[in-house]
Amino acid sequence: MSSLKPEINSQDHITGDSAASIEIVEFGDYQCSYCADAHPIIKELLDTFGNQVKFSFRNFPLQESHELARPAAIAAEAAGLQDKFWEMHDALYDNQYRLAEDLFEELAETIGLDLDQFKKDCDSESIKEKIEFDFESGVRSGVNGTPSFYVNNEKFDGGAHDLYQMLKESGG
Amino acid sequence: MLKKGETAPGFELNATPDQKINLKDFLGQNVILAFYPADWSPVCSDQMALYNEMLKYFTKHDAQIIGISVDSVWCHLAFQKDRNLHFPLLADFEPKGEVSKAYGVYDDESGESKRALFVIDKKGKIAWSYLSPTAVNPGADGILDALENLNKN
Repeated sequence: MSSLKPEINSQDHITGDSAASIEIVEFGDYQCSYCADAHPIIKELLDTFGNQVKFSFRNFPLQESHELARPAAIAAEAAGLQDKFWEMHDALYDNQYRLAEDLFEELAETIGLDLDQFKKDCDSESIKEKIEFDFESGVRSGVNGTPSFYVNNEKFDGGAHDLYQMLKESGG
Repeated sequence: MLKKGETAPGFELNATPDQKINLKDFLGQNVILAFYPADWSPVCSDQMALYNEMLKYFTKHDAQIIGISVDSVWCHLAFQKDRNLHFPLLADFEPKGEVSKAYGVYDDESGESKRALFVIDKKGKIAWSYLSPTAVNPGADGILDALENLNKN
């Protein structure tokens, strides 16, 4: 079984309980419909088990298949610089059906970002490097499609539903 | 299935209706052969889409990736165009599956290639091979590890 490389670290966006013993990492693509399908299930999972789970998301944009996957990942990371990564993350999946170049600024405004700063950050090299780093980490960890999940550093053989089920059965 | 240390069997197959690719052309370069069952089937598409994103990593290791299935050149052309693939797909079409058989990765029952990966070194020797369950995309971590080991030697 493939394991997560590198493990969760300070570069990662974390939600849920950062001290929880169950660590889940998702590799996802904002233009991938399977990821959008998984999103509400993950939200529910975090609502129900959020105090037992440390959840993180890494970018795995398939740019050749999804032309807006990388710009969307950039938007999420730029929002992250204003401490609103998860707000943008949710907004991107909730609005995936109307994903377009001009959606990012609209969402940035909706979630209350400083627009000028957001635009500037979208051009920053460090964000592009972060996304590259995430992608390479996915390749190294054996990501073979999106979404791919890792539980406590091991590749999880299943989707969001299976994750929810696993947490339920483990006594959540 | 051929294993590490064996010589990679030579072949010449069509990549397009009027372009043939010969394994010999890549001597002096590492080669990744990705046998897969069929164009268009969902798992393979993810697999090829993944390799497509990874070309720059392969280039860094002086490696050329080549996909092989029993589909015809016209099928490959349409698939390649639809998925925006930037690496060759070879047609193991006539005699059907001959190259897949030579590498020991032909599935007689389905009449398709199995899902198998080979990393061939610059001298034409197999450095790593891996057979994946047909329904599972094997990812690319094994390929990268194999290429890195080659560079260490």
